[in-house]
Amino acid sequence: MSAQPGGYNFAYLDEQTKRMIRRAILKAVAVPGYQVPFASREMPMPYGWGTGGVQVTAAIITRTDVLKVIDQGSDDTTNAVSIRKFFAKTADVATTERTTDASIIQTRHRIPETPLRRDQIIVYQVPIPEPLRFLEPRETETRRMHALEEYGLMHVKLYEDIARHGHIATTYAYPVKVNGRYVTDPSPTPKFDNPKMDNCPALQLFGAGREKRIYAIPPYTEVKSLDFEDHPFEVQTWEESCALCGAGDTFLDEVITDDRGGRMFVCSDSDFCSQRRSAGHTGVQSPEAAE
Amino acid sequence: MYVAVKGGEKAIDSAHRLLAEERRGDPAVPEIGTEQIDAQLGRAVDRVMTEGALYDRKLAALAIKQAAGDLIEAIFLIRAYRTTLPRFGYSEPMDVQRMRARRRISATFKDLPGGQVLGPTFDYTHRLLDFALEAEGEVRDAAQPGSGADVVELSDAMPRVLEQLAREGLIEDAMPPEDDDDAEVGDITRTPREFPAGRDVRLQSLARGDEGFLLALGYSTQRGYGRTHPFAGEIRIGEVIVEFIPEELGFAIELGDITITECEMINQFQGSASKKPTFTRGYGLGFGQVERKTMSMALVDRSLRADELGEARDAPAQDEEFVLSHADNIEATGFVEHLKLPHYVDFQSELELVRKMRAEHDARTAVQEPEAAE
Amino acid sequence: MSLFCYAEPLLSAEGITKTFGRITGCADVNLDLYAGEVLGIVGESGSGKSTLLRCLSAAVTPDAGTVSYTLRQGGTKDVHAMGDAERRMLMRTDWAFVHQNPRDGLRMHVSAGGNVGERLMAVGERHYGDIRGCAGEWLAKVEIAENRIDDLPVTFSGGMQQRLQIARNLVTHPRLAFMDEPTGGLDVSVQARLLDLLRGLVSDLGLAAIVVTHDLAVARHLSHRLMVMKQGRVVETGLTDQVLDDPQHPYSQLLVSSILRA
Repeated sequence: MSAQPGGYNFAYLDEQTKRMIRRAILKAVAVPGYQVPFASREMPMPYGWGTGGVQVTAAIITRTDVLKVIDQGSDDTTNAVSIRKFFAKTADVATTERTTDASIIQTRHRIPETPLRRDQIIVYQVPIPEPLRFLEPRETETRRMHALEEYGLMHVKLYEDIARHGHIATTYAYPVKVNGRYVTDPSPTPKFDNPKMDNCPALQLFGAGREKRIYAIPPYTEVKSLDFEDHPFEVQTWEESCALCGAGDTFLDEVITDDRGGRMFVCSDSDFCSQRRSAGHTGVQSPEAAE
Repeated sequence: MYVAVKGGEKAIDSAHRLLAEERRGDPAVPEIGTEQIDAQLGRAVDRVMTEGALYDRKLAALAIKQAAGDLIEAIFLIRAYRTTLPRFGYSEPMDVQRMRARRRISATFKDLPGGQVLGPTFDYTHRLLDFALEAEGEVRDAAQPGSGADVVELSDAMPRVLEQLAREGLIEDAMPPEDDDDAEVGDITRTPREFPAGRDVRLQSLARGDEGFLLALGYSTQRGYGRTHPFAGEIRIGEVIVEFIPEELGFAIELGDITITECEMINQFQGSASKKPTFTRGYGLGFGQVERKTMSMALVDRSLRADELGEARDAPAQDEEFVLSHADNIEATGFVEHLKLPHYVDFQSELELVRKMRAEHDARTAVQEPEAAE
Repeated sequence: MSLFCYAEPLLSAEGITKTFGRITGCADVNLDLYAGEVLGIVGESGSGKSTLLRCLSAAVTPDAGTVSYTLRQGGTKDVHAMGDAERRMLMRTDWAFVHQNPRDGLRMHVSAGGNVGERLMAVGERHYGDIRGCAGEWLAKVEIAENRIDDLPVTFSGGMQQRLQIARNLVTHPRLAFMDEPTGGLDVSVQARLLDLLRGLVSDLGLAAIVVTHDLAVARHLSHRLMVMKQGRVVETGLTDQVLDDPQHPYSQLLVSSILRA
């Protein structure tokens, strides 16, 4: 146990706490998609701002790891910067903005466009781990539903969406069935990212600090988005491509460029976009009025 | 030409500097000291210690200064600090009977052994702003302590009111029956909350729970949302010794004393023709002088015992999951304020769906009314 | 003596006893129910009939006695000794429970179609069109206009809500239905229509049912056999018409005559 600057342990958490979190992670990996309760610690950032993800990362990170932190797909959003600095300070590990160079990727609300590898771990920040929460507020009841694999209510919600709107109205945090057993919340990633979770070579870990739950999807596990046979799961598409790199198959952020309705679309994944630009790809850059 | 925005790191650093400047305020005004906060804003310090779940006046005062008076922010600082402290173990239960009480009142008896001691309380003050306090220096009309003719020694013997009643069998026992011995006391800082929760876990959660939240819930029980007929059996404020038994010694040593507030409510009696009626209890405890908090806590504690006491559960203050899940203001503020974080990716997804549905709606109405309105 | 003597009873109860402190819910009740037959349980308030129903339907565990059910795939099982998962599956597929107050048996803020479709989705049905189509058929069977399929039950009349509850329960073709005062709270003309509907459905589907009611007219309309309860005990059983037209036990006589007088 080495002392770091400021008298904190490596990666802030004491070894006892790390051991407790690792045990929870092992349990989670053993039962894919099942939410394991853990005694979440108060961290120096507020609950709801990534404490779950930070605790998971702190429990698994080693001196030789290379850490990437993104929020909304970008390395430069304020909270990603704040968390990256936290680990740089308390663990003195190397950090990177390049997905391909990272061994651990902590993320909020996006999965990188660059396919992940077997030697990588992705850690998701999760606000509400319980996919049934908004259908059934009581924890005692949702626990029973998971235990007895009673997910009828989930499909009733999808049915109601189609009856009312003609579409399934969930566009992010879209529920999935993991390994054919547990219905799981993928965290508020857009449904666009759900297919990346299926049969992913990387280990996927999920931390919910405020709600005190950890869950996991081991590598190469089946992850299926819930749907109906005649209303199959669909990802979002854009008519436009990235204005900077020309990519036509990534998740695009809408940027408002003037007060006359002008807007443009750019890749949400900042690293992916910059790699494409370095490789010579271009897009339409001028902020024309769209539509 | 659009350039992808960078510089989040610089923005954060600048924000921190601006914050430090604002916290200090006008340099011409004397800087506030943590000793002043501890001594003269003591109720703020007490709240931060209680909800921060850490007894240390100096640290609480520092947190209040650092947080520029935002008490929940200060509580957060204390909680985060608490996480880093090593634990030695559990202290012995405090013997509140031996409290050096500076304030002790009971609404249920006109007089009692040890007397009714008002102590330093806002009760019975007239809430008129005292502009004399604006001027610094000594307040003109304050009576000097010990200078008046009527200085009365406080009695050492202040037997607890509820103990008297319990001895006569009029109120339920404070401790659970003997056969519940094997049950370990839960520790919310070590194991995650699960429902149903035992009374030990509930009380721990309430003790560090937000004063405003508990105040509102307690108030609701008085207005009919789960009535428990409360009486303030006893409220005490004073110093109590904290004892600890180190493994190596095998006997108790005194670590020092702390100021606590304890409130014991006497509630709705239970019983019937076949079972002798007894009063029931509600309990509140906090660090420093936190009377409002402990009274609210006692009301909510009693309400949450609805199942145990066979009462119908239909009010928010009786709903254990609701109360305990929302009582911690650090969890609450974290999640409420997290809405400030970027959510534009998810918003983008919603936008796309809404635009699509609106287009479909337009297409449908166009088909239905081929002759468009002028 | 039952009209429906198949090889073994569908539901069999022996020595069912349930007390609440010093109050007797029901005491030492035995019954056999065969596929396709409807058993009425009558008695005044406090007779123990609702307690008995709850013991039989596994809503509550009796203090003594066993309830055995013959599974669709063969073999009998003790209903209370079953695991949670198996019992809940049974309740969703093979059994129906019609509550007196339809609000207790419906999701009030889910559409009519969603309410009827839920059981189908719970057992793995995944085709939206088929689920909706099936729900529509059932709404028609219980005489609810198909264009109400997307409406919420809060917008339905009491009688309609009750019919929706019935549809929701029957969509998975259960073999046994428990009904607790199915027409309670409805006015007389609505009751009559509901009873006719129930009778038709029960006979079309070959449903076995246990109907608890204080209303002898309901009992006569629906049940093949009748059980009269008083203070937790069964005082008389027999064919419905026999018990109602020629009651043997003094209490049954009292029950029947008080209805006639009214």
